[in-house]
Amino acid sequence: MSDTQPENLPATSAAGDAQTPGAEVIEQREGMFGVRGTGDTSGFGGLRRQVALPGGTPKPYGSWFDGAVDRLEGLAADGAIEKVVVDRNELTLHIKRENIVEVCRHLRDDEALRFEFCSGVSGVHYPHETGSELHAVYHFLSITHNRRIRLEVSAPDSDPHIPSIVSVYPANDWHERETWDFFGIIFDGHPALTRIQMPDDWPGHPQRKDYPLGGIDVEYKGAVIPPPDTRRSYN
Amino acid sequence: MTATDPYATTRDTTEGKVFTVTGQDWDSVVSGLGEEPEERVVVNMGPQHPSTHGVLRLILELDGENVTEARCGIGYLHTGIEKNMEFRSWTQGVTFCTRMDYLSPFYNEAAYCLSVERLLGIEDQIPEKANVMRVLLMELNRISSHLVCIATGGMEIGALTVMTIGFREREKTLDLFELITGLRMNHAFIRPGGVAQDLPPGALDKIREYITWMNRHLKEYAELCNANPIFKARLQNVGYLDLAGCMALGISGPTVRSTGYALDLRKSQPYCGYETYDFDVPTWDSSDSYGRFRVRLQEMHESLKIVEQCADRLEKMDGQPVMVADKKIAWPSQLAVGADGMGNSLDHIKHIMGESMEALIHHFKLVTEGFRVPAGQAYVPIESPRGEMGAHVVSDGGTKPYRVHFRDPSFANLQAMPIMCEGGQVADVIVAVASLDPVMGGVDR
Repeated sequence: MSDTQPENLPATSAAGDAQTPGAEVIEQREGMFGVRGTGDTSGFGGLRRQVALPGGTPKPYGSWFDGAVDRLEGLAADGAIEKVVVDRNELTLHIKRENIVEVCRHLRDDEALRFEFCSGVSGVHYPHETGSELHAVYHFLSITHNRRIRLEVSAPDSDPHIPSIVSVYPANDWHERETWDFFGIIFDGHPALTRIQMPDDWPGHPQRKDYPLGGIDVEYKGAVIPPPDTRRSYN
Repeated sequence: MTATDPYATTRDTTEGKVFTVTGQDWDSVVSGLGEEPEERVVVNMGPQHPSTHGVLRLILELDGENVTEARCGIGYLHTGIEKNMEFRSWTQGVTFCTRMDYLSPFYNEAAYCLSVERLLGIEDQIPEKANVMRVLLMELNRISSHLVCIATGGMEIGALTVMTIGFREREKTLDLFELITGLRMNHAFIRPGGVAQDLPPGALDKIREYITWMNRHLKEYAELCNANPIFKARLQNVGYLDLAGCMALGISGPTVRSTGYALDLRKSQPYCGYETYDFDVPTWDSSDSYGRFRVRLQEMHESLKIVEQCADRLEKMDGQPVMVADKKIAWPSQLAVGADGMGNSLDHIKHIMGESMEALIHHFKLVTEGFRVPAGQAYVPIESPRGEMGAHVVSDGGTKPYRVHFRDPSFANLQAMPIMCEGGQVADVIVAVASLDPVMGGVDR
């Protein structure tokens, strides 16, 4: 059991997995089962775990990735591609948010890239990544070259704006509405950014990490089962 | 006027007069409009309407019988499945996602499990038999899903025989699901690392019987519909969407293939060993509802071919594992249906309760805590009966998913509703929506 290891081990082994050495620590978690700090005799309060995501990959990336990234770097504005991550044979490009529309246009129109098919956008909320809490993750398919690519754009919680790519990929219309609905990311330039799944007057954005799951205790034959978000959980 | 009918009243609002229409009472609406009726009528079709495939709300602006503008209202079946999955273990996630698109549960499970397996790095370690069983279940599921599409689509235009025979064949398919997984739907059978349990005894015979039955009866749909003048009159040139429109709107599945383009992830980006099966990708070139019907019909025959190949392979795989060998991931017990009809595993209980303390600890750890998945993100889409079905799974290295997002093809495809319906007649809206085959459980999740 990896959780009983002392806390001075590197982040990569805390989760018991084989991460790349360049992993980026985004969060530090302490305790377990709601126990933290002093005053506990269980030992769980002293547990620490670093949350580390795969970090940037240096060149060469391998496979067709090098050619595509070089091509896009040549077409897009300088610094548009903030980071390239090659993980599990999937290519992720972190794009500066002001360049996302331009990058998408190149992805769609350039003959060597030609990502015709947009599989939509989804959000991920990293409340501990100060300055880039909200991520929008796009997936594209190039039918011509039979490749997939992922773009990731981040925005701070205080300024949750990302330009809409509906003008380039109309397919993203509902997906952006859904991401707005669930995460509160405002896609500037979207033709009608309204809620899509939740009622129009719903307060809050349910998929954010600070939005509670909700639920009530369930009693069955005398035993009380708490709702899932208040049960003991492992970090 | 039906002023006494509590379900069909009229009231005046700032937007104009509002009528509640319950059917067969169009005349009362027309007469209620008075001397100078407004030309423009906005009709709210749904969310409770038998022809809108579940709780889909269509907002139609009509000029007489012509649709001038059409929009969808969705979200009536939103159940927060993606949010719930963030609070359960990786294995429990399957139990949630199988309930999304309730007509193709195995595709939800498979899309999720393939992404989780990529995150775990065990894609190459999935036992051959598990992959064959996945393909078998997915293709059976494609048949049952297409049958519902064709059956309900037929019912909506008044072809009730198509509905009754469609559900007859679907029952046969669900019987197989029940035999293999224990449940007709909500199976949670495909798990990260493999499938929940081995084929039960006698399953292969039942599959053979099923193939014989289907070979005899699948023909009937073509005989009933293909050249039926009423059927063709209702479907041909309705819900037109060409390839350029499909690409722009991110439409996949039979809708794309009805434009003549054989876009199929089973061929272009094979998973679960699809590259080793012999099957064709049917297309049609009319880009309309009729073409989509023909594509689905043909796809059922192709699926049946794959099911047959799976049965041949499974015959030679008796006793092989169906779960990854890694004990840190594989579910500790193999359930079997006991005499009481419940899933049970007496040998395993004997082992953990009476023989091995370590096995008990291991069981407890794996079942309550679950396994950890290395941090990162993955997206492994598959070809569901409706198109590209993918799960964007993000892990923070913990025992629960950090974020799971399903790219459900019903959701993406439904965006094509306005372009298919605007400019057409209101009766054709039903046909066009049915040809997209949206399942609201998948759209709203």
